[in-house]
Amino acid sequence: MDILLQPWPWYVSGPLISVILFLFFYYGKHFGVSSNLETLCTIAGADKFSDYFKKNWRKRDWALFFLTGLIIGGFISNTFLTPYGIDTINPKTIEDLQALGFEYQKNTYVPEELFSLDTILSVKGFLLLIVAGILIGFGTRYADGCTSGHAITGLSNLQLPSLVAVIGFFIGGLIMIWLIFPLLFS
Amino acid sequence: MKYVRFLLIGILFGIILSKSEAISWYRIYEMFKFQSFHMYGIIGSAVFFSMIFTFLFKRGFIKNYKGKPIKLKTRKKEYIRTLVGGTIFGLGWALAGSCPAPIFILIGNGVFSILILLFGALIGAFLYGLLSKKLPH
Repeated sequence: MDILLQPWPWYVSGPLISVILFLFFYYGKHFGVSSNLETLCTIAGADKFSDYFKKNWRKRDWALFFLTGLIIGGFISNTFLTPYGIDTINPKTIEDLQALGFEYQKNTYVPEELFSLDTILSVKGFLLLIVAGILIGFGTRYADGCTSGHAITGLSNLQLPSLVAVIGFFIGGLIMIWLIFPLLFS
Repeated sequence: MKYVRFLLIGILFGIILSKSEAISWYRIYEMFKFQSFHMYGIIGSAVFFSMIFTFLFKRGFIKNYKGKPIKLKTRKKEYIRTLVGGTIFGLGWALAGSCPAPIFILIGNGVFSILILLFGALIGAFLYGLLSKKLPH
């Protein structure tokens, strides 16, 4: 039991993610998360603005259960399964972050500098999260998949378009961290 | 109530990504800085074991719950959309440290400001829907 409460190493987590992929396919669905953003748009009434969203979301009603499960899973982990906190990151990374004005805090998943109440009530903080969200939503739908749909499902099925997408994920990620972060923060 | 299984799969996925710290903004930053093997190990081993499952699906060794063969999608050979869309997503992934599934998982972890990110992501998906016919694929 105790080992379950420690942070999980990559060689436990990775194989478990493949079990999730297995369960999706076993129960007749494709493994992917970003298409749910579209489904939520349709439910919110986006079909009134574009035919693209004229889809019967009830065919994907099962996905609402999955999304609700994600939230509950996060809550269970946070409430019952993380008494020892979260592993610390590379000290070199902490130094790099300090140079950008990020003060590393133990046992949090997200930095105050982007997610605290004070930050999101500031214009810059609010815009950063909205813009990041737009990039995520637009990018994943344009690419037709995210980390689960392309990186896990697509790569394991040897799909070349998915490899191209994952290369894109890294081009974008590296540009953001190495080129844009020093401009945004410091 | 046949969908309870997807609720349970979601709960399991939420716990796995929380305990593995794949939902951590810091882990994503560390990954793009090449300062830890952690995220590469997670994604690499997930793909490796998924390849085995995929092989077993395709060869018919594993059938679905109805006893029927499991078919996998073949991706259309659309490289502009995957490269450009992928790059746009990568920018947001690195900035917010979160891809679509972790957005929901972080709500459960009590990070409520992530709702702004979710709202942005819905705007982004909506914009894609509006523009999809005009974009090169």
